[in-house]
Amino acid sequence: MPAVLIDDLTVRYGDREAVRGLSLVAGTGAVTALVGPNGAGKTSTVEVCVGLRAATGGTVEVLGTRLPANGSARASLHRDVGVMLQDGGLYSTARPREMVAHLARLYPGAADPDELLVAVGIDPGTRTPLRRMSGGEQRRVAAAAALVGRPRLVFLDEPTTGLDPAGRRTFHDLLRSQVAAGCSVLLTTHLLDDVERLADHVVVMAGGRVVASGGVAELTGDDLIRFRGPVAMDLSGLRADLPLGCSVEEQAAGRYLVTGSVDPQVLSRVTSWCGRQGLMSQDIRWGRRPLEEVVIELTSGIEQASDDEGGTR
Amino acid sequence: MSGRTAQRPAQRALAQAGWEMRLLLRNGEQLLLTVIIPVTILLVLTLTDLFPQGRGPEGLPRSLATVLTVSIISSAFTSLAIATAFERRSGALRLLSTTPLSIRELITGKLLATVGVTAVSAVVVVLVAVVLGWRPGPGAAWAVPVLVLGVAAWVPWGLALAGALRAEAVLAVANGIFLVLLLLGGVVIPVTSLPGALGALASVLPSGALSDALTTALVTGSPDAAACLVLVVWAGAGVLVATRSFRWA
Repeated sequence: MPAVLIDDLTVRYGDREAVRGLSLVAGTGAVTALVGPNGAGKTSTVEVCVGLRAATGGTVEVLGTRLPANGSARASLHRDVGVMLQDGGLYSTARPREMVAHLARLYPGAADPDELLVAVGIDPGTRTPLRRMSGGEQRRVAAAAALVGRPRLVFLDEPTTGLDPAGRRTFHDLLRSQVAAGCSVLLTTHLLDDVERLADHVVVMAGGRVVASGGVAELTGDDLIRFRGPVAMDLSGLRADLPLGCSVEEQAAGRYLVTGSVDPQVLSRVTSWCGRQGLMSQDIRWGRRPLEEVVIELTSGIEQASDDEGGTR
Repeated sequence: MSGRTAQRPAQRALAQAGWEMRLLLRNGEQLLLTVIIPVTILLVLTLTDLFPQGRGPEGLPRSLATVLTVSIISSAFTSLAIATAFERRSGALRLLSTTPLSIRELITGKLLATVGVTAVSAVVVVLVAVVLGWRPGPGAAWAVPVLVLGVAAWVPWGLALAGALRAEAVLAVANGIFLVLLLLGGVVIPVTSLPGALGALASVLPSGALSDALTTALVTGSPDAAACLVLVVWAGAGVLVATRSFRWA
């Protein structure tokens, strides 16, 4: 049974269609990332999954329960699901420990609020109310709030926005430990570095539809080599050195790209050629295309369906 | 599902009630509404001749009934509507909606918290009344269920208002209704002192009915049955409206 199963989901706001026939499967015990530009329909999709919004069409199943769930089915489902909203949700006059402890009282067998707060880097003894905490600190508390019910599935809507690098690393570690314990994660974010580090499966959305999906490696494709040099270099020597199946092009002014079956031998040849041209080794990079570049390429030119964050945030 | 032992709805409602009361009593503005304003009104009513209910030998119990009515309307309607509207705007209700807490449990929690806050206010006001010379008569015991009925008649309407308008509009409308009912709804000026049609209208409003029921309980020893019936009708209608119209987001 998948953690989330969405089939042909449609979400409309009046005349605007925020989600247009979206289908996806989020696996159990895996991190599924929903990525895409603003207005792609990510938040609307998550809002339907967590019961904050009704679908206009299509079907959604969360942990095997068909939505919308009411009465005891709703309570039963919500015991197993944690949610970190894109913003807000915390009582501004409350202190972190009492906020998380209150939520813990709503769940059977909840986690220890103190341990969770320590895990996200918040002192459980602090008497500072949430309204006086920084945005990043509030996100840390919101993460603890999402996990306090020991969820089997957690929805995280832009969880690391506003976190400092250390906070992001702490969050990554916490999420990995949750997944290792069997928790499934549906993550939406614009920080594709998080996705590359955490996601098992990536769903790229634009205009309310899925435009691509797969593992990070599938989306970013084969390894390639990039190097910088003077504009309009004569590449004929390098082309002659490269094995069959590899090619080199000046992608933009002074930026060169070697594609094909790139392996260490090819890298060695490119490095040697660059050395003969007087290029420094720090100008040469080897690896996959950044996910960010892939997502921008996949989603550029696709008209966004609507401002999904403009609905009822 | 995971098969984890389910918590009872009552446990969640009580947890929510404790949480609401904790936040309410920490709020300085709420303490002003809960304690300081009612005590001030009691002093003004009993120590001056500005209002009719403060005069004569029954002045103190009548004034006490008026002040308890004001306290209930401010806590169970005005404050509740404003606080809930801002909880909605801040996203706090959206987050709660993702937990096992149901709307019915949330409303029960808010009702119980309001009863608790009103009880705190009533104890303080009664103590001040005792200092001023009031002694509980046989009707004092009747005042307790009337107070609870009054809270039940106002809470659902506060919640319904909170869900009907934007937070800023709720702030203005809730305070506006509070002031109008205080002056023309049979509270500060008793129903019997209001001109004909206005008096008749006020007697079927929850403000006038609550004031009537408390006054008769404290002065004659038993609450006016018709006023209590009016409160029951408002409570029942309010619960229907609130449970059908209340939305998390």
